[in-house]
Amino acid sequence: MDLPPYATTGQRVWFYTFRVICGLIFFFLIAPIVVIMPLSFSSQDFFTFTPEMLAFEAEGYSLKHYKDLMTSPDWQKAMSNSIKIAPMATIISVSLGTLAAIGLSQSHVPFRRAIMAILISPMIVPLIISAAGMYFFYSRIGLQGTYLGVVLAHAALGIPFVIITVTATLVGFDKSLTRAAANMGASPVRTFFKVQMPLILPGVISGGLFAFITSFDEVVVVLFVGSAGQKTLPWQMFTGLREQISPTILAVATILVVISIGLLTVVELLRRRSERLRGLSPG
Amino acid sequence: MSDATQTGPVLAADGRPLKRSLQRALRAQKMRALALIAPLLIFVLLTFVAPIADMLFRSVENSIVSDTLPRTVLALKDWDAKSGELPDESVFAAMAEDLKIAEAEKKHITLAIRLNYQTSGVSSLFRKTGRQVKKWDVPNDGPYMEKLLDVDDDWGSHELWRVIQTYSANYTPGYFLNAADMELGPDGVQQVDDSQKIYVMMFKRTMFLSIVITVSCIALGYPVAFLLASLPLRTSNMLMILVLLPFWTSLLVRTSSWKVLLQQQGVINDILVWIGLVDDANRLVMINNQFGTIVAMTHILLPFMILPLYSVMKTIPPSYVRASKSLGATNWTTFWRVYFPQSVPGIGAGSILVFILAIGYYITPELVGGTDGIFISNRIAFHISRSGNWGLGAALGSILLIVVLMLYWIYDKIVGIDNVSLG
Repeated sequence: MDLPPYATTGQRVWFYTFRVICGLIFFFLIAPIVVIMPLSFSSQDFFTFTPEMLAFEAEGYSLKHYKDLMTSPDWQKAMSNSIKIAPMATIISVSLGTLAAIGLSQSHVPFRRAIMAILISPMIVPLIISAAGMYFFYSRIGLQGTYLGVVLAHAALGIPFVIITVTATLVGFDKSLTRAAANMGASPVRTFFKVQMPLILPGVISGGLFAFITSFDEVVVVLFVGSAGQKTLPWQMFTGLREQISPTILAVATILVVISIGLLTVVELLRRRSERLRGLSPG
Repeated sequence: MSDATQTGPVLAADGRPLKRSLQRALRAQKMRALALIAPLLIFVLLTFVAPIADMLFRSVENSIVSDTLPRTVLALKDWDAKSGELPDESVFAAMAEDLKIAEAEKKHITLAIRLNYQTSGVSSLFRKTGRQVKKWDVPNDGPYMEKLLDVDDDWGSHELWRVIQTYSANYTPGYFLNAADMELGPDGVQQVDDSQKIYVMMFKRTMFLSIVITVSCIALGYPVAFLLASLPLRTSNMLMILVLLPFWTSLLVRTSSWKVLLQQQGVINDILVWIGLVDDANRLVMINNQFGTIVAMTHILLPFMILPLYSVMKTIPPSYVRASKSLGATNWTTFWRVYFPQSVPGIGAGSILVFILAIGYYITPELVGGTDGIFISNRIAFHISRSGNWGLGAALGSILLIVVLMLYWIYDKIVGIDNVSLG
């Protein structure tokens, strides 16, 4: 969309106004995320820029909030809980999800639509409803307030993402490759690990990352299904924001933004790689 | 059929009819596919579908009254609530016996809490009576009508007995009626007092705020998606990162930054004061009200509008626009008559997605919504974690679930759930 050389003044004005409007919307999208980063290095307990910070003086900045984060037992416990819960939930969703996605991509699957609807449902149902249902049901069977309960709940929430990304990768998968492997005498298990898995790996990994971030960021379900012993990082942030908002939250938020940037980069790279691979294989 | 002389069915290499062989192979293939899916399906059914079913069940389940007061429920069957008279001695005797047993198991408190949702004062009445009934020699030291009335005059309340009778069934529509600001009164379904009406208003507000958020998302998302779709791929990929980064950033991070930005001593107010638009003494209140909820949720849900819009706009051939212009249409006519109609499916998909996500939101309204910016989800959470009225929470949840599923059905018709793309 370039401005043609014969554009009238009105068109020129509109062209630049439109760009400015879009720029403002991009600013609205990104500014709230960027603004917390410098604030987290403030040497004061304020949530705004102090005059020292605006003057870029060294005493305006400090690692105070990061030190608080590293020394506070509450935050330490929350971090270790998050690190214990998210990977376990991811492993369950990825292993079961990948198998099921392969099953779903076969040409003859009875009740395909119904099965798909059930498997996708954790993404569709509002979190508060999932949380309420799980709270009722898990207290009946004694899983409420346990580590296992939270892991199972988070695994269920991550499954739709794994199913969607892996099925999408499998759409471009050339089935004659597995037939060729079988033809040459490879067992189905060997075929899976040596031929199919390497090709769908980008999809599996990005599905896994989605499942991981779902569990890692999740707060509603863990609030209900977990007990104080399973307090995760988002839960700690939630209580922190609701009760006494302390600047330590800004330090945690900054760390989480850095993690998201990392994850986003990995997913983008994988998507490009997968598109390249699919471009190579016919069909 | 290469062999014309052969009659009968075509045979496979092993001598079986080909048709049956093929069917068997197909069946084996189906079984294999199902076997791969089965572990996950069972997992999701147990960890997710069963809880949802449990919630739906709890929204109508009401066995606590007949479980705790079996004799009373039986004795009350013949009592005519409309007669205006109190039940007879046999009902009071049954109540005394039931209460004594329930008191020993400490079940009368749970029941009292349950009945307290329908008529207040039951809770203290049951606690008080429970302490007395303990000392009685039921069923030998009657008459119990007098004894119970001695303990508390409330036992002479006609309303109390009517409530027990009304809620003695194992299943009740009561919670759903409560969720619609109605109750089971003496003459059937009736509206609750105006002072207690909150849920219809909450549902309306949830709908209203979700619509406002969806409309703001369209207003902000459309220009951005249009720009991204019309720029060369390399540039638009770069700009896309600005959309995807918020999408990937933790919900709580984004909510906390809005909390920081919008508060009275926050960055936005500071800037406004510095520019001189706002007086330092009366800084704007932008948080803990509807404004805070709308701004923060629009920001959070905007990527869900931009991504479907972008993918639809990408498929609009630029030659249509050029054709329209070369036929003499102005820029505006081209956009409005040629480009916009083709982007409508994207608006539809994005709007439904944003709307569905918005009406079920809990965290952000809870943190920045104050009292007038909260959603129905916050009431559900309140009933489950604080008030303990699980049945009402479950009924509100069931209504919300039905609304969301209906919207998804529409979404599925328009876009197809399989076509959801992630980033």
